[in-house]
Amino acid sequence: MTTVELQEHFDRTIAHDRRIEPRDWMPDGYRKTMIRQISQHAHSEIIGMQPEGYWITRAPSLRRKAILLAKVQDEAGHGMYLYCAAETLGVDRADLTRRLINGDQKYSSIFNYPSLTFADVGVIGWLVDGAAICNQVPLCRSSFGPYARAMIRICKEESFHQRQGYELLMTMMSGTRAQRAMVQDATNRWWWPSLMMFGPPDNDSPNTQQSMAWGIKRHTNDELRQRFVDMTVPQAEALGVTLPDPDLRWNDERGHYDFGEVDWAEFKRVIRGDGPCNTERIGNRRTAHESGAWVRAAAAAHAAKHASPATSGNHQTVRQSAQGGPDE
Amino acid sequence: MSDTSEDWPLYEVFLRGKRGLNHVHVGSLHAADAQMALHHARDLYTRRNEGVSIWVVASTDITASSPDEKDPFFAPSGDKVYRHPTFYAIPDNVPHM
Amino acid sequence: MDTYDAYRAITDVTEDQRWAFGAGFDDPLSGVDTTIPGGVSADDLGAYCEMLGDDALLMSHRLQQWVGHAPELEEEAALANIALDLLGQARFLLARAGTVDGSGRTEDDYAFQRGPAQFRHVRLVEIVDSDFGIAMARLLVFSTWRLAVLDRLRASRDPVLAAIADKGVNEMTYHRDYAAQWVIRLGDGTEFSHHRVQAGLVQVAPFVGELFTDSDVETRLAAAGVGVRPSETRAEFDAALDAVLSAATLTCPAWSASGGGTRIAGHRDTLTRLLAELQSVARAHPGAAW
Repeated sequence: MTTVELQEHFDRTIAHDRRIEPRDWMPDGYRKTMIRQISQHAHSEIIGMQPEGYWITRAPSLRRKAILLAKVQDEAGHGMYLYCAAETLGVDRADLTRRLINGDQKYSSIFNYPSLTFADVGVIGWLVDGAAICNQVPLCRSSFGPYARAMIRICKEESFHQRQGYELLMTMMSGTRAQRAMVQDATNRWWWPSLMMFGPPDNDSPNTQQSMAWGIKRHTNDELRQRFVDMTVPQAEALGVTLPDPDLRWNDERGHYDFGEVDWAEFKRVIRGDGPCNTERIGNRRTAHESGAWVRAAAAAHAAKHASPATSGNHQTVRQSAQGGPDE
Repeated sequence: MSDTSEDWPLYEVFLRGKRGLNHVHVGSLHAADAQMALHHARDLYTRRNEGVSIWVVASTDITASSPDEKDPFFAPSGDKVYRHPTFYAIPDNVPHM
Repeated sequence: MDTYDAYRAITDVTEDQRWAFGAGFDDPLSGVDTTIPGGVSADDLGAYCEMLGDDALLMSHRLQQWVGHAPELEEEAALANIALDLLGQARFLLARAGTVDGSGRTEDDYAFQRGPAQFRHVRLVEIVDSDFGIAMARLLVFSTWRLAVLDRLRASRDPVLAAIADKGVNEMTYHRDYAAQWVIRLGDGTEFSHHRVQAGLVQVAPFVGELFTDSDVETRLAAAGVGVRPSETRAEFDAALDAVLSAATLTCPAWSASGGGTRIAGHRDTLTRLLAELQSVARAHPGAAW
């Protein structure tokens, strides 16, 4: 087939809302965008283990400890599912990790905020996972097969995470005055960063149009942000916390909640690396990866010593070979 | 440039559930060798559900057919009840949860 | 959950989807007959449950400290699984302690409200993992020992302990296997890894003798058919370690002698720091529910 025919086949697949699979031909831009989006999503899951992971050893009841440990373990698993999906496009996970550590690839800026109290664990589950679910449910229909399938699995597991967080908050809100104050304080700190998780406003998001044309993105940033606000306000009311936005009010005409202006300057600063925890988050990841190098090397050396002779042959593999190497 | 001799190869994972009829591809993972891959598959893809049969195959050992193949759907296992969203007692009047 | 066959529910993880040893607010042993078997001292049984429970609780704590720091992502999942299993065992055992020693304490009371002088664990579980080599050396020793003990505990006249042991044996088998494979890979890996894990074994060696020292409580409970004398597991332990270390091309260090004191609590640095991390949030909010 000629390139034109391949492009037409690709376009038809997208137009018919069918999946692109790893061995299919795809435009270079699509492949690069997919690699970037999936890797960043994977990095976010792994970095996201840190703000909550800190509280596992400090959890104030054994039940909460078990729940939190399972949750953070899930996040490691989600990161791995997503790295797998990225690898079907011909990149190597170790290489992606190096790019993350070097600052060449990003992760969700929400994790650059500190988790200061145990209430943050609940609020992260409620707001951060809630926002993530809003983002992720549409991605279950992403045009790239492995990504869509990873998202389906992740979404199923993540709804438990959100409920875990909310349940903790409900318990705390019917607890001591100190617990209630802790929840309100955590809510005040995490609300605006959660809104920023949906990315810049539509009029400042140049990639959105192409991503939507390729079926990579199904809704715009502002659409998803509005959906999140509409879902979350009643949850806050049921919990008994106030959201730190004096401009938040129901608009009958629009049928949605109006809300205040996000501080986009702060968003840009944090994305650029100037957030409260950027250095710490990457630093921890780098330390774990570098300290673990001798362990990984030992396992590889042991395997090499005990390997059976490899079969030779000219195999086509299930993965696409890297055509030009990953971008960025 | 770090030492790539520490990098572990990729393995594809296939599971057959207790009531399943055949193995189904669920994803991949990295391991130094096949034995480790089996362990990791149990940890990552089954959360150590005892009744699941696992195959791991080095990705380079898989011979694939031409485009338009379909990957099978996979479902997560649920061996710990706090992974099930229905377990939590959220009152009915809290929407969207 | 079928409360009439609660013991089976404890052991049969895969059949009963709702089982998660207390993911609800109920006491993990609710619905289970908690009568103490005849001829057994309540104090002894309570102390024994604390001993086994504290070992699991603190070992789990050490593994939890690896979250976010494991040498590879797959190991994150594996270590978290092991930590979760041990935490589950601890919860059962501490809840059982509360039903037998007359105090009516909950699992959380034991975990968060006792001071360093009241814990009853072996010192092996206090070791700080300075690297993955010592972590795997310690996990291998701990898992091999505990597996042998729980294996014999399955025959306990106390049905709750027997059920906990039954479930625990499956878990400990997996943990021991995991640690053994890593010790072998590190021992027979690179020169560097060989030295690190060998050094890890040497650091663990002084704490091994205590594992096989029978306390008075264990001696009495074993005589009553309820508990296990750990000294009886020594031969099995030695055989297993010899096999693993030989495959790992490692030298078996001289383990410390048994017969001295065992499970002596105290205000040791390692313990007070561990408990500070474990207990600080709970203690900052007396009476709070979570």
